[in-house]
Amino acid sequence: MVTPTSSPTPAPHASDRMTPAPDVVVAGAGVIGAACAEALSAAGLRVCVLDRGAPASGTTASGEGNVLVSDKGPGPELALAQASRRRWPELLASLREELGPAGAEAEWDAKGGLVVATTEEAVTPLTAFAAAQRGAGVRADEIGADRAAELEPQLTKGLTAAVHYPEDAQLQPVLAATTLLAAVRARGGEVRSGVTALGVTTHASGAVSGIRTSGGIIPCGAVVNACGPWAGHFAASAGVPLAVLPRRGMVLVTGPLPDGTVRHKVYDADYVGAVASGDADLQTSTVVESTRAGTVLIGSSRERVGFDDSVRVDVLRELARKALGLFPVLAQVPVMRAYGGFRAYAPDHLPIIGEDPRLPGMWHATGHEGAGIGLAAATGQLLTELWTGRQPVVDPAPFRVDRPAVTEEGRAAA
Amino acid sequence: MSGGVGDARVVVVGAGPAGMAAARAAAEAGAPVLLIDSGPGLGGQYHRQNALARQERFTLPDGVEHLPDSVVWALEKVPAGHRVHVRTGPADGPGRRGRSIDTRALVLATGAYDRALPFPGWDLPGVTTAGAAQAMAKGQGVRVGERVLLAGTGPFLLPVAESLTAVGSRVLGVLEANDPAAGWLTEPAGLLAGRGKTGELAGYAALLARHRIPYRRRSTVIEAHGTDRVEAVTWARLDRDWHIVPGSERRIEADAVCVGFGFTPQLELAVSARCAIRDGFVTVNTAQATSVPGVFAAGELTGIGGAVLSADEGTVAGTAAARTAGARSASGARPGPPVRALRRVRSGGRFAAALGRAYPVRPGWQGWLREDTLVCRCEEVCHGALRRAVEERDALGVRSMKLVSRAGLGPCQGRICGRNVAELTGLPESGVAFARRPLAAPLRLSELAEPPPGAATPEPPAAPAPPTDVTPAPPAPHEEQE
Repeated sequence: MVTPTSSPTPAPHASDRMTPAPDVVVAGAGVIGAACAEALSAAGLRVCVLDRGAPASGTTASGEGNVLVSDKGPGPELALAQASRRRWPELLASLREELGPAGAEAEWDAKGGLVVATTEEAVTPLTAFAAAQRGAGVRADEIGADRAAELEPQLTKGLTAAVHYPEDAQLQPVLAATTLLAAVRARGGEVRSGVTALGVTTHASGAVSGIRTSGGIIPCGAVVNACGPWAGHFAASAGVPLAVLPRRGMVLVTGPLPDGTVRHKVYDADYVGAVASGDADLQTSTVVESTRAGTVLIGSSRERVGFDDSVRVDVLRELARKALGLFPVLAQVPVMRAYGGFRAYAPDHLPIIGEDPRLPGMWHATGHEGAGIGLAAATGQLLTELWTGRQPVVDPAPFRVDRPAVTEEGRAAA
Repeated sequence: MSGGVGDARVVVVGAGPAGMAAARAAAEAGAPVLLIDSGPGLGGQYHRQNALARQERFTLPDGVEHLPDSVVWALEKVPAGHRVHVRTGPADGPGRRGRSIDTRALVLATGAYDRALPFPGWDLPGVTTAGAAQAMAKGQGVRVGERVLLAGTGPFLLPVAESLTAVGSRVLGVLEANDPAAGWLTEPAGLLAGRGKTGELAGYAALLARHRIPYRRRSTVIEAHGTDRVEAVTWARLDRDWHIVPGSERRIEADAVCVGFGFTPQLELAVSARCAIRDGFVTVNTAQATSVPGVFAAGELTGIGGAVLSADEGTVAGTAAARTAGARSASGARPGPPVRALRRVRSGGRFAAALGRAYPVRPGWQGWLREDTLVCRCEEVCHGALRRAVEERDALGVRSMKLVSRAGLGPCQGRICGRNVAELTGLPESGVAFARRPLAAPLRLSELAEPPPGAATPEPPAAPAPPTDVTPAPPAPHEEQE
């Protein structure tokens, strides 16, 4: 992509000699890069965010906007998700103060999630999973069919179990990311589009001294690699291979429906298994939810097809079939469009957050695999706490860069 | 689904002049042909507009199966070529039938639709595209208004003036935003190539004179006024780049405005197939082959040149597709090149290129808009909202622009507004930015969910919504029926 030349805003310069060198350059202006940049700039750092294309138009623009605790079992990712679920509304509230209500509008909606089982076999795994989550502090209320019908009147009557997760929330991912970027800019930071990160420069000591870009070298004290599914490429070009792989997903979007047709994030209990699994080349698990515009989103598939973005009708068919299983009422609803994107995942399915011990000054924030919108707020917070040496919000060790699954497989891949 | 006669079939999408010619040529070259079109009859948009006047009846050779009322909603790459997913039946009816066909030789002839540029008041009833007004006049004998102003650019405005006059509208003027006389003089090669067209243009000039219809160059409609519908129109002189000449604004009473600023090709299937696209049109070689093996394109998809050129391109594409499909004539010979059509496509192509240079859309149109002028009518997104999306939300890509502003997310999925949004906001790839539609046409969730036959019966959903409206036909040996 090229930098637009006819947009009303002044064309960004890849190298602006009038401003002092940034303390940190964030490569990637998706929601993760934006959240890191926001948190770093809130800590007083001078931040510059780069994107090879347009901000918030890659993986971020392909997501449903999930802020979930319901889909994670006890463990480090759930801890990060819980921290992020607490952080998002606080962050948006403070940004509303700072930027004004319109500038910080991200369509935050604490609508709650409803996970349902439709077979007898799925009952025990779901209720056991919910019990374990309750042990980790998640609100996971097992409810009966009557209560489920009350919460979601159009839901199929053929439920065998249902769990209500009042903490699950949703936001509009592009608005969320661009709100964070607006805050970075308001604090004197920069956002540059159409600038590709190509590698880093280093001091004689071996530490990062700058970032090489398609628009020249930008001197800086540190670089954050927030390139999402492309983070492995950038890491390799910086000489520190990282195992981050793309996993494709597709979502269907219906025409606008009457209010209340779908009220929560409703998903089939098989979702839980699919998120944690890396086995199958194609998995679909049903997630049905409405947006503020009245459309219903139907997700989501997980395919390992590299960066191939061609349409696969069998995937769309499977999404449609399973959504009808949950909401038979949607049978005659028109599907207006389908879109797809690539999630970034690490082989052990945990995010990668922290400084790279192999290259001082090189930080990574990636591998959030389809949970990046929800995990972004705490990811930015954690990265900044590690940077400033403050007490981290969650134990950072499980996300560290130099775990074998990430660096050794990264070396093998590179 | 591999092997067998099915693979030899040429599939043509679009039954306008280009698609019909392609189907005919492929069949004459010995290939079985499936001709798919969204309309109920043959002829496409071009001939549909002439339905009353000509009562044309088209015949196709044996070997062409015509599939009317059918939309291609997805195109998939498969090892043997491409899989074309079709729904057949009235778009709003419950009983559309699904079908999927594999082909080694696909001809895309999906045509183009009128381009409208936004201006204050363009969303009032009484403002139509020139093409829609002509279709109403010629197809149904309906008048779009009593006092009609025609504005836009290109020679295609002139036959519209003729049609409107024929049904009794008073045409207050034809406002041509460019200065075609100057344009044509600088294009002698194209002028020569299009000499047949020049005669046609002279005929329209006589019509304008006979009906005392003013033809104004470098002028256009810049605002429509009215409460419930158009009551008056402001038009103005334009400079070379289409900026309004200050002080030249004139108000005139009118109850209809028809606008046509060239055409936007219907690109989604070509984009789905990953055909190379340049300047908003599919690029083809002399055999009308696109950059993708096994995919050909003909007609307005490849450049705007009118029905005659489209048909010649269709003949070339159909013949080439038949060869690709491995067709043999009855005598066993491979089809030879369609020499005459090839020659005419060469000279016609020059004419189309000259036409494009003489009637470009100039950037000054962006200055006709006000902050509150709607750009996307489906989602009611105004010019100011687009500007704010760029300035305040970094919406510098198609996806982020759509999700921030909601432009292009409504029923037309950006077909009407996409190019205008892209140009107004400086999005890259303005010609194709909004044409990436994995679902090329909307369909019901239950239609999408239907299992392909022959597949093992999938486990039924918990509360199955049986597709009672569909009677699956038995699978033919060489295709998949849904």
